[in-house]
Amino acid sequence: MKPVMEGTSPRILVVLPAYQEERSIGTLVRSLRARFPHDVLVVNDGSTDGTSDAAREAGAIVLDLPCNLGIGGAVQTAFLYARHHGCDAVVRIDGDGQHEIEDIPKVLEPILAGRADAVIGSRFLGETEYRVSIPRIFGIWFFRLLVNLTTGYRVTDPTSGFFAINQRLIGFYSDHYPSDYPEVDAYILMHRLKSRAIEVPVRMYERAEGKSSITTYRAVYYMVKVTLSYIINRIRRFG
Amino acid sequence: MSRVTLFSICASAALLLYILEMVRRRKLREEYSILWLAGSVVILVLSLKQDWLVGLARAAGIAYPPSFLFLVGILFILLILIHFSIAISKLHQMNKKMAQEIALMKTGLPPGEPSRVKDER
Repeated sequence: MKPVMEGTSPRILVVLPAYQEERSIGTLVRSLRARFPHDVLVVNDGSTDGTSDAAREAGAIVLDLPCNLGIGGAVQTAFLYARHHGCDAVVRIDGDGQHEIEDIPKVLEPILAGRADAVIGSRFLGETEYRVSIPRIFGIWFFRLLVNLTTGYRVTDPTSGFFAINQRLIGFYSDHYPSDYPEVDAYILMHRLKSRAIEVPVRMYERAEGKSSITTYRAVYYMVKVTLSYIINRIRRFG
Repeated sequence: MSRVTLFSICASAALLLYILEMVRRRKLREEYSILWLAGSVVILVLSLKQDWLVGLARAAGIAYPPSFLFLVGILFILLILIHFSIAISKLHQMNKKMAQEIALMKTGLPPGEPSRVKDER
């Protein structure tokens, strides 16, 4: 893929999916707006609290989904928006403030330089203070094995929701993106497209507000569903 | 006529009439009634034509012919359930697409390019 043309500044969209994040979304959007020149797009996934207003007041573009689609459907809406507007790159980070926004340039740089189609921030590359619970360690270990054995990618953090993608993947994901728990699945899609995906180390913090979307009782469903759709995506046709 | 025959005739005829009535009143769409109608007609015919039922049961290796009726019934229920699962998945996809289009249109974007439903989840 060609590097973005010099002289014209690339259109970059920072995407935050948010569900019931009224207490943290405003601060996050404000710090993004203060720190970077990029547009900030909040996809409000059918929140019933003040997420939408808080994000809009902080200066974000807000997409209000009329009902809760789940993380994949919400993020896909942002890809559709980015495709409509001809964005060169999308950075997706969590709307709850878990990701370190100072690491955004690290995931963007290889995309803008044309060295990668996708750059995924990994919590486990380099020095990390991020502590993970035992069941989650097992899940991550399992998906790491799955991805590494079935694709050529060397992945340390297969469930990372901190990544940047280029125009080609924005276009593809606008049509094909898994509904829920999309990150592991995305690897097989990228593999099918022969995309260049690399990981860079990023920092991640424990949640400040709200609850993680992955509760314990959903973990089993998560594993089964992701493994199934992963296998299906290997044998599916993309027209 | 044995009691089991009488029972299956009455039950399948009642089902057939009920489904037809639901379609007539537009409470059931034609495309979702086809498998129900086919199932009840097949069971009704096999209940009326005893020699057909006996022949088919023997061909399938079933000693007690009315058991074959159960088998036919179960197969139709299975087909109907698969049909429903597919229909729900399609509705799910359409619903997602519509929610996304609504969210995009609320920001003033023109409606998107027509998108295909079949390839996506």
